[in-house]
Amino acid sequence: MKVLMFGWEFPPHVFGGLATANYGIAEGLKAQGDMDITLCLPRPFGDEDQRSAKILAMNCVPIVWRDVHYDYVKNRIGNIMNPELYYQLRDHLYADFNYMHVNDLGCMEFAGGYPSNLHEEINNYSIIAGVVARQQQFDIIHAHDWLTFPAGIHAKQVSGKPLVIHVHATDFDRSRGKVNPTVYGIEKNGMDHADCIMCVSELTRQTVINHYHQDPAKCFTMHNAVYPLAPELQAIVDQRKPSAERKEKVVTFLGRITMQKGPEYFIEAAKRVLDRTRNVRFCFAGSGDMMNAMIEMAAAYGIADRCHFPGFMKGKQVFECFRDSDVYVMPSVSEPFGISPLEAMQSGVPSIISKQSGCAEILDKCIKVDYWDIDAMADAMYALCTYPSFHEYLQVEGKREVDGITWEKVGGRIKKLYEETIQKCK
Amino acid sequence: MKTICLYFEIHQIIHLKRYRFFDIGTDHYYFDDYETERGITETAERSYVPALQALISMAKEHPGFFKVAFSLSGCAVEQLENYAPQVIELLQELNETGCVEFLAEPYSHGLSSLANEESFKEETLRMSRKIKELFGKTPKVFRNSSLIYSDDIGCMVASMGFKGMLTEGAKHVLGWKSPHFVYNCAANPNLKLLLRDYKLSDDISLRFNNTSWSEYPLFAETYMDWIAQLPEEEQVINIFMELCALGIFQPLSSNILEFLKALPACAKERGITFSTPSEIFSKHKAVDSIEVPYPLSWVDEERDISCWLGNGMQREAFNKLYSVADRVRICTDRRIKQDWDYLQASNNFRFMTTKPSSANMYRGIYDSPYDAFTNYMNIVGDFISRVNSMYPHDIDNEELNALLTLIKNQGEELEVKEKEIARLNTRLKKLSPVDEPKKETKVTKAPKAEKAPKATKKATAKKA
Repeated sequence: MKVLMFGWEFPPHVFGGLATANYGIAEGLKAQGDMDITLCLPRPFGDEDQRSAKILAMNCVPIVWRDVHYDYVKNRIGNIMNPELYYQLRDHLYADFNYMHVNDLGCMEFAGGYPSNLHEEINNYSIIAGVVARQQQFDIIHAHDWLTFPAGIHAKQVSGKPLVIHVHATDFDRSRGKVNPTVYGIEKNGMDHADCIMCVSELTRQTVINHYHQDPAKCFTMHNAVYPLAPELQAIVDQRKPSAERKEKVVTFLGRITMQKGPEYFIEAAKRVLDRTRNVRFCFAGSGDMMNAMIEMAAAYGIADRCHFPGFMKGKQVFECFRDSDVYVMPSVSEPFGISPLEAMQSGVPSIISKQSGCAEILDKCIKVDYWDIDAMADAMYALCTYPSFHEYLQVEGKREVDGITWEKVGGRIKKLYEETIQKCK
Repeated sequence: MKTICLYFEIHQIIHLKRYRFFDIGTDHYYFDDYETERGITETAERSYVPALQALISMAKEHPGFFKVAFSLSGCAVEQLENYAPQVIELLQELNETGCVEFLAEPYSHGLSSLANEESFKEETLRMSRKIKELFGKTPKVFRNSSLIYSDDIGCMVASMGFKGMLTEGAKHVLGWKSPHFVYNCAANPNLKLLLRDYKLSDDISLRFNNTSWSEYPLFAETYMDWIAQLPEEEQVINIFMELCALGIFQPLSSNILEFLKALPACAKERGITFSTPSEIFSKHKAVDSIEVPYPLSWVDEERDISCWLGNGMQREAFNKLYSVADRVRICTDRRIKQDWDYLQASNNFRFMTTKPSSANMYRGIYDSPYDAFTNYMNIVGDFISRVNSMYPHDIDNEELNALLTLIKNQGEELEVKEKEIARLNTRLKKLSPVDEPKKETKVTKAPKAEKAPKATKKATAKKA
């Protein structure tokens, strides 16, 4: 089965949670065998892992005819795209885009990540998708998140192949209900055109059904998973000191410090814990628009000496942070899924998660509280820092539980859904 | 001749309230009275009252033939006294028919038999006294909370003078043996054992209303036929269950009470009798001894103690609680004693179970085992600090106990002396109406009290 997949980011260049999920899905599908995945990315760096999916660089796809020499092409983009492919794509131009801002190869540049002209980039991405869809051979289209929905729709209209969209988050999650109409429009349009909607949790599925008015019969829950820790990360995690030697306990919040993640509830709970005990420290790993407000809030409560803001973390740093943490807290107000508690539990850190997060649907060996119930959250933090047997139980059982949640199983379910969708659309 | 031993347990938990760690040290009241009241009145209305009325009518219809045994936990008695006294009255009415035997059990319905021998004995005796007070008979037979039993527990129970004990006919202990005989404790042959027939008991308490059960609907005739068809030499059929099986586990709409009421007549037809545990112990000899090195119980498929002490959290909570058992026994504060009873109830530990079979279990106010654990530990933390503040922490229990006995003895001594003084005074008054000697005695008394300097404070407190 050939899949044309539209993504926005991919490891090792991680901007948000989407990259990890995208990689996991590709790997999980590959493990099913007989899967041929072409993954379109706006601006790959050439150092991506291509074992599970062929990566197609959208910023090297021509949309305007340029008569360029093979060696020149090879010289310019050889590291990310085969020049042969460039010429094949050039044979499938479908409209005159000379008025667009193109470079010497007839391609459009992408800034990558989430720049301020995001809407323009999304539009450009979908123009290029038209060329790709004409040139590539595939059985199904899989578009990840709203950024790639227009591209998915375009590819579907060009090829007539079924479109699967993967909802990793909706604007309702990101904005606590105050949606951006443009984004909502793009999301809704994508869902309306999709033949199958995969949602990362039942929570998201309900949002899609109720707020985007989709037919429940085409919405499916497809929970995320985690990868077993790479040896070098495992080595970091194994350096954890035995709990008897850890005099001060560390409670960690890891994620963007934004409204969606509920950082203020974390501070409120921290305040309650620190009213009682002093041997606990609170770590805010991440950055975001509410960071300064949070620092001010901690200072106003007089707990700034116990709250630490080390800033954005990625890759190895995340696991170094887990290694030094005793409790992980994700107080998200609305979290479509939330992979990080799974990673924390994998690293042997017991987690407290909000009931409003998607991963709560598949996790059992962790503490679940309502995000607004700061008393319960504080109580759970205190208990994990105070009672060794409790900590140990959740540490051991949590790790065991998460080890059973693999991308291979997810890949199997996705493949089955692909087959059903193709059947349905014949 | 076959005989049926029917026994019901009456126990309800006193619910703990939501107790956060920041309440530790500031709030010393741990109970959710509303939930407790709601629970007990509902149980009384839906189960205890109709079930007891049915049993009374059975006893009156078959006087001298129908027999039944009961045990109550102290927690249940207190709740019934407070919120549903009509249940106690019904029990007394049933008691007057002479068909009932009341058994002893630990006051708290807790796990003290696994933790602290003295506490266990103390609360069992306390429960026996309570039963005597309510029903006029001192129990001769013992049953432990949830039928927990092991050789060690058997020894303790025998040493308290009980002649027999009820426990579970667990397959992993019995093996090929049948529960339909009287056995004795391997560690102390004087203690006889009655073993629950879990199949026949669960047919009523678990399966009676289950429409997908192959034997549904179950009739009293069929049930008695099963018993009658057992091999001739198997004579004692022990059917033990919670009283709330009638009405709560099996709703009244399933006609379970009609089934129950039909049992004596059907039994009579087939020559089967009813007996109380004491009657069986006096009539039957033990056929064999049973060795139980590891504790068993009547709970879950495993019939062991894993639902209370199966995971590390439960064991930590258990060890924490019983770490102050000796101190609590020594202390005289009534509120501490009362809280101690309620906190011991095994239900509190059961709420923390993480066994897969507990997935849809009733957990009271908690939504997960972790929630149950943190709440309970917060309460125990406060409780322990209260106990420790009663007496200095650095004196070990033995020394403390010795000092307290000293105080108690001296107090008693003083009391005797005071009586003596009063007696002499009246005599003196009779002889000569002079007040002088009174002063003298008072002076002699004062230095005596000061002889135990550490003790004075307590001694005075005691008198007060």
